[in-house]
Amino acid sequence: MSQEKTQTPQPARRPTGSFKHEPLSFEYPRHGHSGVAFRPLDVPEQDPARAMPGASLRQDGLERLPQLSEFDVVRHFTRLSMYNVAIDSAMYPLGSCTMKYNPRINETVARLPGFTGMHPLQPDGLSQGLLELMHILLEALKEITGFAAGTLQPAAGAQGELTGVLLIRSALEARGEHRRYMLVPDSAHGTNPASAHLAGFQVREVRSIKDGPAKGTVDTAHLAEMMDTEVAGLMLTNPNTLGVFEPEIVRIAEIVHAKGGYIYCDGANMNAQVGITRPADYGMDVIHLNLHKTFSTPHGGGGPGAGPCLCTAELEPFLPVPRVVKEGGEKDSGGKEPSYRLEWNAPQSIGKVATFHGNVGIMVRALSFILAMGPAGLREMTETAVLNAVYLRHMLKGVLKASTEAPTLHEVVFSDEGLATHGGINTMELAKRLMDYGFHPPTVYFPLTVPGALMVEPTESEPRAELDRFVEAIKAILAEADTNPELVKTAPHSAPRTRLDETRAARKPVLRWTPPE
Amino acid sequence: MRYIPNNAPVREDMLRQMGIPEIGELFRSIPEQLQYKRSLEVPGPLAEDEQLDLFRQLSEKNLDQGHALNSFLGAGAYRHASYLVADSLLQRGEFLTAYTPYQPEISQGTLQAIFEFQTFMTMLTGMEVANASMYDGASACAEAVLMADRLKNGRQRVLLAQSLHPLYREVVRTHTRFMGLELDTLGLEGGGAPGSSGRVDAAALKSALGDDVACVVVQQPNFFGVVEDLAPLAEAAHSAGALLIVVVNEALSLALLEPPGAAGADIVVGEAMSFGVPLYFGGPYLGFMAARDEFKRQLPGRIAGETVDTHGERGFVLTLATREQHIRREKATSNICTNQNLVMLTALINLTLLGREGLLETGRRNVSHLGYFRGGLAGLTGYRETFGGPVFNEITLTCPRPAADIVHGCLKRGVLPGLDAARLLKPGGGPPDADRLLVVAITETSRREEIDALLAALREEGK
Ligand SMILES: Cc1ncc(COP(=O)(O)O)c(C=O)c1O
Repeated sequence: MSQEKTQTPQPARRPTGSFKHEPLSFEYPRHGHSGVAFRPLDVPEQDPARAMPGASLRQDGLERLPQLSEFDVVRHFTRLSMYNVAIDSAMYPLGSCTMKYNPRINETVARLPGFTGMHPLQPDGLSQGLLELMHILLEALKEITGFAAGTLQPAAGAQGELTGVLLIRSALEARGEHRRYMLVPDSAHGTNPASAHLAGFQVREVRSIKDGPAKGTVDTAHLAEMMDTEVAGLMLTNPNTLGVFEPEIVRIAEIVHAKGGYIYCDGANMNAQVGITRPADYGMDVIHLNLHKTFSTPHGGGGPGAGPCLCTAELEPFLPVPRVVKEGGEKDSGGKEPSYRLEWNAPQSIGKVATFHGNVGIMVRALSFILAMGPAGLREMTETAVLNAVYLRHMLKGVLKASTEAPTLHEVVFSDEGLATHGGINTMELAKRLMDYGFHPPTVYFPLTVPGALMVEPTESEPRAELDRFVEAIKAILAEADTNPELVKTAPHSAPRTRLDETRAARKPVLRWTPPE
Repeated sequence: MRYIPNNAPVREDMLRQMGIPEIGELFRSIPEQLQYKRSLEVPGPLAEDEQLDLFRQLSEKNLDQGHALNSFLGAGAYRHASYLVADSLLQRGEFLTAYTPYQPEISQGTLQAIFEFQTFMTMLTGMEVANASMYDGASACAEAVLMADRLKNGRQRVLLAQSLHPLYREVVRTHTRFMGLELDTLGLEGGGAPGSSGRVDAAALKSALGDDVACVVVQQPNFFGVVEDLAPLAEAAHSAGALLIVVVNEALSLALLEPPGAAGADIVVGEAMSFGVPLYFGGPYLGFMAARDEFKRQLPGRIAGETVDTHGERGFVLTLATREQHIRREKATSNICTNQNLVMLTALINLTLLGREGLLETGRRNVSHLGYFRGGLAGLTGYRETFGGPVFNEITLTCPRPAADIVHGCLKRGVLPGLDAARLLKPGGGPPDADRLLVVAITETSRREEIDALLAALREEGK
C-alpha cells in the first residue's frame, strides 16, 4: 500500500467528547469499589496463608486492578460497543466470512440452564439431552455434505482443517505410507498451509490458471504433474476463493485418488452449496464447516466458532474421541428407547483436538438455525446468497473489474485493474471510504492471486435496497476520487478513529496498559 | 423464510432485471450430475414457539450442575459465579455480531476490550505479554509446546508432568504427533505414594533434563489440586537451557497464588473459563497464553496493540501480524484464525466487575469452602487426603472403595462428588491405587448445606 504524504485540507475534526474517548478500565479512579456483592459467608473464614501452608502466595495485592461500580462497568462496555460496526448495524460484506443475520432466538435457546450448567465430565446418563442434540446436528451436517461420519469437536475452521489433515495423515500411516507433501493451491486461505504444516506436511503450491475463461481455477495439468506417491493429497476450497465452482472438480478428484491421495475440502464456502450440491458426491474425502459462517452463529468479534469435520467411511476410524453414539430407537431395536453415550475407545483415533467436546454452545445455536430453516429454507438461503452476489457483480459491471469471466456463486472478487485511474486510489482506500457511507468494507487483498483484491460476499441477509445502496456508494466514491482523491485517500472521516498507524504499533509494540511513571 | 429479506417476488424481479430466466441458471457452473436433486433430509422448518419447545425439551433431559444436581466435579471445568451484567452486555449486537477487528477504525470496541484483557492476563500471570485468546486450555497448552519447540530449535524432548490434566496431555499428543517431538513423563515426588506431597518430583526433573529438552510443562495447581512450588522447577529447567511452561486451568487461583511469572515461568497458558464462563458441557471456553516479552514474536494468535490515528488520538489495532497465517501461511506461528473473542469478553466483563476486591474475595471464599469440607472430612472414616501438598479449591481423596462405585452411589443421593480420576488416567499412568482416587472441587458457589450433603453421602457410601 502506498504511503500518501500530501497534506490536504482535513475534514472538520470530529467532536472529542468522552463519547469517543473511553478510558481503559485501568485508568478509572480506584476507590476500593467492586461491582459485585457477596452473600454472607456461611462457613468459617480461612486465612489463605494458613490454609495453604507451603504455597507461595501473591505479594502484589493486585493493586492495579480496576475498582468500579456495576454501573461504571455497564457504561464502560456500552461505550466500547458503540465504537464497533457489526452485521446488526450495517452491511458487512466480508468475502469468505459469510456475515449473515444471527437470529436472536438462538441466543435464547443457547442460554437454557439445562445446557449452560452441564459439566463436560458428568456421567452420560445425565447428559442425554445434549448428546441427542449433538447427534441430531451431526446427522444434519452429514446429510448436507453427503459424508458418512464426522466430529463436532474442532473449535473453529482452522482446527477443523487440522483435524482433517490429521485424518489423512493417520490413514496414510495406517497403510504404512509416510507421504511428506500436501498440495495447496496458491489461492487458498492462509489457514490451509498453516494447518498442513502442523500435521507435519511440507506444503507444495499448486498453480491456478492465469488467463482465459478458467482463470483462477486449479491448473489440472500442473496438479497431475505434482501428484505422486510422495504427496498425501490436496487441500481444495470449492467453490474456490474467487467464488467459482471448480469446473474440473471430478477430474481433480480422479487425479488425486489415482495416486492414492486424499482431498481435503475447505468448506468455508458452503453457503454456495447447501441443498444444491454435496462435497462428498463430487469426490471430496473430508471437509470442515464453519458453523459461524454458513450456519449463522455469531462471529462475536472473532469467535467462538465451531469447525465440525466430516469425512468418508474410510477415514472414520481416525476421527477424534469421544464420539457420540446412539443406541436403540431404530425400527429394528424392538421398541427400545434411544439413548446416547460418549464412546472414548477408538484405537486408530487421532486423539483429542479440544479439551472436552468442543464449542457445544455454538452447536446449539447452529442446530436452532437449521431447524428454523428446514430443507426448503436452507435451499432458499443458498439461492438467495448466490443471487445477491451475482446481482452485485451485475450492477458493478463497468464500475469495478471482476477477477474472472467465469460465473461466480456466493461471492465475487474484484481486482484493482483500472482503479487507479480514479485519482490514483487503491483498494484499501476504497474500502476505508466505504465506512463513511455506512458499510463495513469487504475483504481486501485476499485471495493473494488477485491484484488488489476486493472480495464481496453479501450473503442472503441483505435486502435488495441495501445492495443497491452499496453499488451507489462504490460509484460515488469513484466519482469523488476523480475530483478529490485526497478525500478518499484519507478516509474514513466519520468513524470513531481516522487511519491508525499500524507500522508504529508493530515497531514499538505496546501490548498492555502499564501504570504511568 | 423469515430471516431472508429478499422474498420470492423480489428475487424474481432481480432475476428479470439481469435477464436470467430462473434461479437454477445461477448454478449452471455446477455440472448437472453433481447437483443434488432431492430435498435435504433435515428436520424443520420450525416456527419460533416450536423451536423454543424443542430446545426446552432437550435441555430438560439434562441434569445441570447446581440446579438439579449437587456437583463437585471440577477437573478443568469449574463452576463459578457469573454476573448478569456480563451476559447482558455481551448480547449487544455491536459485540455479538461483529467480525474479527481487521478494520480498526470501526472496531475500536473489540480492540480496546482485547487490550484490556491482555493487561488483565499479564497482571494475573506475572508475564509481560498476552494474546487475545486461544480455543481452550488444552489447545493453548499444545500451542505453548510448539512455541517452545520453535524457540529451542533442535531440542526434541518435552517433559510433561504426570500431574498435568490427562486430557491436556492427549491434546498435546494430537498436536505434536507429526512434529518430531518426543513426549516424556515427569512423575510425582515419591511416586505419588500415600502421604507424599503430590507435587512434581524435582529431583527426577533434574536427572531427566538434558540439552535435548525444549520445555518442561507443569500444571498449577495440578490435576490433583496440589499447588506446586514453581521456583525450583524454573531454576532446574533454565539451568538446562529449557523453558518452563506453566499451565493454569483454574484461573481463579491466580487471584491468590504467586504469579507464575514471578516464579520464573517462561510461558503461562491455560483455561480462563473460571472467570464467569458457563460450564456448557466443555465449551466454548477461553484458552489464554502469556509469555515473557522477548518471546512476543513467537506467540500464536491475535494480539492487540496501542497506536495513534492521524489526529494523534489513541487507538488500538491487531499487531505483529507477520506471525499469523494470513501473512506467513505455512511459516506462521499457528494456524489459528477465529479465536474465542466473545468468551474473552465474558471473562473481561466479569473481571472488571469483580475488580481487585471482588476477585480477592472470590479467591478467599474458595479457600474457606474447601477448608470447611476438609474439616468435615477429618471425621469420616475410610477416606483420607491422598497428598500432603497445599491445595486451593480442589483436592484428591483416597476412597475406601473404587471411586467409580463411590460416584455411582453418591449420584443416587443426588450428589456428584467429583471425578473418579481413573476415568481419565491411563492404566499405569497415575499414582498407586488410582482407581480409588476421587478429585473433589469446591468453589464459592457451593453452599454449606450442599457441602454437608456431600459429606453425608460420602460417609454413607464409604461404609
Ligand atoms: C476459506 C477459509 N478457510 C478457512 C478459514 C478459517 O476458519 P476459522 O476462522 O473458523 O478458523 C476461513 C475463515 O476465516 C476461510 O475464509
